[in-house]
Amino acid sequence: MIGFQTLLLKEILRFWKVGFQTVAAPVLTAILYLLIFSHVMSGTNAAFPGVSYEQFLIPGLAMMSMLQNAFANTSSSLIQSKITGNILFILLPPLSHWNFYFAYVLAAIVRALVVGAGVFLVGLVMAHIPVHNGAWILIFALLGSAMLGAMGMIAGLWADKFDQLAAFQNFIIMPLTFLSGVFYSIHSLPSSWQLLSHFNPFFYLIDGFRFGFFGKSDVSVWLSFGVTTFAFLCLSAVTLALLKSGYKLRQ
Amino acid sequence: MVAIETRDVRKRYGTLDALAGVSLDVREGEFFALLGPNGAGKTTLISTLAGLTSADSGGLSVMGFDVVKDYRQARRSLGIVPQEIVFDPFFSVRETLRFQAGYFGISRSAALDAWIDELLDNLSLLDKADKNMRQLSGGMKRRVLVAQALVHRPPVIVLDEPTAGVDVELRQTLWAFIRRLNQAGHTILLTTHYLEEAQQLCSRIAMMKRGAIVAMDTTDHLLNAFSERVLRVIISGELPPPLVAQRTKQSGAWHCFSINDYAEVEPLLAQMRMQRVAIQKMEVTEPDLEEVFLKVMSR
Repeated sequence: MIGFQTLLLKEILRFWKVGFQTVAAPVLTAILYLLIFSHVMSGTNAAFPGVSYEQFLIPGLAMMSMLQNAFANTSSSLIQSKITGNILFILLPPLSHWNFYFAYVLAAIVRALVVGAGVFLVGLVMAHIPVHNGAWILIFALLGSAMLGAMGMIAGLWADKFDQLAAFQNFIIMPLTFLSGVFYSIHSLPSSWQLLSHFNPFFYLIDGFRFGFFGKSDVSVWLSFGVTTFAFLCLSAVTLALLKSGYKLRQ
Repeated sequence: MVAIETRDVRKRYGTLDALAGVSLDVREGEFFALLGPNGAGKTTLISTLAGLTSADSGGLSVMGFDVVKDYRQARRSLGIVPQEIVFDPFFSVRETLRFQAGYFGISRSAALDAWIDELLDNLSLLDKADKNMRQLSGGMKRRVLVAQALVHRPPVIVLDEPTAGVDVELRQTLWAFIRRLNQAGHTILLTTHYLEEAQQLCSRIAMMKRGAIVAMDTTDHLLNAFSERVLRVIISGELPPPLVAQRTKQSGAWHCFSINDYAEVEPLLAQMRMQRVAIQKMEVTEPDLEEVFLKVMSR
């Protein structure tokens, strides 16, 4: 247990020590999105009646920041350790693949929650945000960050070079987040795109998260919960299998 | 008790036999050297021992714990100083050591902090304890790696070329410390390219070539079997015929005579005096591991 706790603490300190880059910067990015989009889009009809565009946007941005940072935390930690070679320090001790998985994913959740809370707090200054059901907010925040934390581990284990990781981020993570309904309701899309969005697990994360705030969503919150839980379990199973086999860690 | 045991360990990378059936025993409390040219398989063997690489076949154990089945116990028993200098740039020396202890299940306590201080003191790093790893020189980083390998107090310590790039003075400090650990009962396995270090420190030596052990014996036996004590002289003029018959080798201006011990020196010199040989230069060279190594490798 101490081994796991130490690895978790190390992973948390790793991002916290460079908090300017890992926490403050993503919060600032989200604020910029918020300022620009709410300015450009002000007055447009929001997705749900009685919800302004700004109100609609803030939870989406918070979730997007959480997802990106959870992914960044595990993936960058692993690739850096692999490339610098200091991954050795955690391969020599008697740590199990469960220890690795939980320490990395929990650290990713911590970073995601700190960033998400930052975005949310700034959002509170700019608009009134209702809280319909705090439990759903927390559940989707945890599911989303854990899911992307696991995805980051897969990417970090797989990638041998920084540019491979960047490719994973730019060609998989970014499109999935941007096309998940952060900036719009998918009901505003042509029907073919709507259909496509239903295959994007990130869409369910954002839709379910928003439900926690407004009590309204594009699809049933239970469907979102089911899809994201399933996706999270699949990604975790893959991550654990890779860790157990020593994929790209032990020859 | 056997501290390190490997039984017919094999590992192939493509067509290369990195380990071609390595069997060796290192007994508890031994100071053991594993020597061989680059690419002989020393580091691969250490990696399989540490669980960083899995062997294709054969078995390995540390303090009686199988490195696959009882990996937790085996890894707890083993401290490894890697060949490459690696470090985590996010942390200070002290943090690095606390984390490393934690990974091995040792929680923070006054006792741990005292042990870390003792390690740092022994490695002349105490004044660097709170410096970030990035601020340390290469030699200092290497000594931190030594401290990291020892922080969980493993009974078996493996040093993979620990003195590469470390200056003479620090090398002496390091060896004095490792010697004390050995005297306190730790088993030491060392790989090095500095053969005089191995000769001075190690009681037993294995030599590897192309993934296989080609010689393994006590240091004394190896030295006696493959190297000798030699009296060599440079003289003015020609060596008289009776002495030519006794000469074992001529290298350059040096005339070499093998001797078993120093008692044979005086009779040889007496003969030279009788033959009116004028000695310009004279020395006695001891058996040395470099000669053993070269002979074993060229077999």
